Amino acid sequence: MVDVAASVALQQPSRWAMGFRRGGARLWVGGAIVAVLILVALLAPWIAPHDPIEQDLLSGQLPPAWMHGGDTAYLLGTDSLGRDVLSRLIYAARVAVVVGFVAALLAGAIGITLGLIAGSFGGWIDQATSRLIDVWMAFPPILLSIVLAAVIGAGLTSVILAIVVVDWTRFARIIRAETAVQLQRDYAMAARVIGLNRGQTLRLEILPNLVPLVVTLLAVEMGVAILVEVILSFVGISVAGDTPTWGGMIAEGRQIIYQSPWVMAFAIGCVIVSVVGFNLLGDGLRTALDPVQRR
Amino acid sequence: MTAVLSIQDLHVTIGRGARAANVLRGVSLEVQPGEVRGLVGESGAGKSMLGRAVLGLLPADAWIGKGGIAFAGRDFLTLPERERRDLLGRQIALIPQDPMTSLNPVKRVGDQIARVLQRHLALSRRQALQRATELLAEVAIRDPQRVLGLYPYEISGGMRQRVLIAMAFGCDPSLIIADEPTTALDVTVQRQVLQLIERLRERRGAAILFVTHDLGVVAKICRTMTVMHAGRVLEDGETADVLTRPRHAYTRALLAATPRADRPADALRPVPPALIESLWSEAHRLDRLSIVGRT
Repeated sequence: MVDVAASVALQQPSRWAMGFRRGGARLWVGGAIVAVLILVALLAPWIAPHDPIEQDLLSGQLPPAWMHGGDTAYLLGTDSLGRDVLSRLIYAARVAVVVGFVAALLAGAIGITLGLIAGSFGGWIDQATSRLIDVWMAFPPILLSIVLAAVIGAGLTSVILAIVVVDWTRFARIIRAETAVQLQRDYAMAARVIGLNRGQTLRLEILPNLVPLVVTLLAVEMGVAILVEVILSFVGISVAGDTPTWGGMIAEGRQIIYQSPWVMAFAIGCVIVSVVGFNLLGDGLRTALDPVQRR
Repeated sequence: MTAVLSIQDLHVTIGRGARAANVLRGVSLEVQPGEVRGLVGESGAGKSMLGRAVLGLLPADAWIGKGGIAFAGRDFLTLPERERRDLLGRQIALIPQDPMTSLNPVKRVGDQIARVLQRHLALSRRQALQRATELLAEVAIRDPQRVLGLYPYEISGGMRQRVLIAMAFGCDPSLIIADEPTTALDVTVQRQVLQLIERLRERRGAAILFVTHDLGVVAKICRTMTVMHAGRVLEDGETADVLTRPRHAYTRALLAATPRADRPADALRPVPPALIESLWSEAHRLDRLSIVGRT
């Protein structure tokens, strides 16, 4: 009997494997979409069939290859200047991925730090931080980003900065509340009783309990950042004009929507799929990492 | 011989102004080295608050109006924060009330025990884990190596309480505050845990302040006991004396309300409401007197 029990215990899957199983389809689908997105961005120069800014005015507004009049050299057709839509979509993914990751991580770093401080110190520090967040969130976020990007000037850095400056509040507000809740828990009190100071308690005991929340927030924020970048480039205050972006493609496609709707449609599709991908990934990770559901 | 813990005329109030509530109204008690003192009283008597005052864990809006707490002859209230943290976990440890919530849910058992040891004993991680294995064996956990790698949700309530006891005794403290350590456990496990605390105390020689509302537990393991009500000490003495020849009417009433195997169940009497009433009005009269005295 004992031997049987022992061998069963040995065959138990690892915690990672169990986590992935718990995450379910959302984790897999979201993870796959995000992985493909990152790969495409990294490998853009090798997988894009054409130079994204190379114009071929003789074959402008070609439909996708499978439609009547399409050309197999341009799988997803061309835009009004004869640039290959597929290649432009692939190169635009680079901007999206860089903005998504960098902006989300920076906004997360700032928001989590402030949230931890506000949630653990309480008192006037908490009051000041919370009021600041309230005031910040009273501005319509997209509008604030547009104003900021317009003021700082175009370019990748200013797009990222505009998103970080607006979106740190998403993290700060939630982390502040959750930190305060966790500090009320007995284990946080037990940490103080063994002689840990405030910083050690936060870093060693509280933060690990916030990981599922942080991961979810980060994944969702990456989706949001991509969306904001699309909007900024749609109104023309994102990166330099000759760098392909999804937002820029939507803006260009809008002018020829009756003749060649695919230019706009494919770009919008890319945006939707990647935002959905990040949200699914965040959702799946939350389930996979949640200690309460580890039973 | 210096008392390991000496509390003199301790007054603690929660809140200020009109909403202020006195929770401790001049408590004095001493715990000698190696002594096990039971601290009994009904809910709201202030016994847990006393334990929290000693550990420096009073709620944020509670304040000490008067009195002193000395640990091994050193004034604990004026001790710099850093020195007090060095004592917590090292010389003064807590066995918490609820084993289900007092361990960090996302940290392995071994890491949590090792954390206390590393914090105070200048051990390497490997040494701390080695020591943790020995401690777990000492609290009668079978297969300690395996348990070290488990998360708290993977072990039973009785085992969690043993882990917490192992942590409390881990640095060989001279005082342990046990805050109703058996209340959350079922009766058979209670008995094992009591025996365990008793055995470890004999071997390692820590003094214990045993907070409980269970007179049976006090009779079993405490040599001396203190009876509290409404934030005051009503009676204090050797357990055998207090239980056989109670001097205060409240203690007598408590004993009459305690079920015993050698008495028929219908001999049980609730504590008379008139007695409780008179005790509270006495406490409130003292409050008024002290306010008059202060102004």
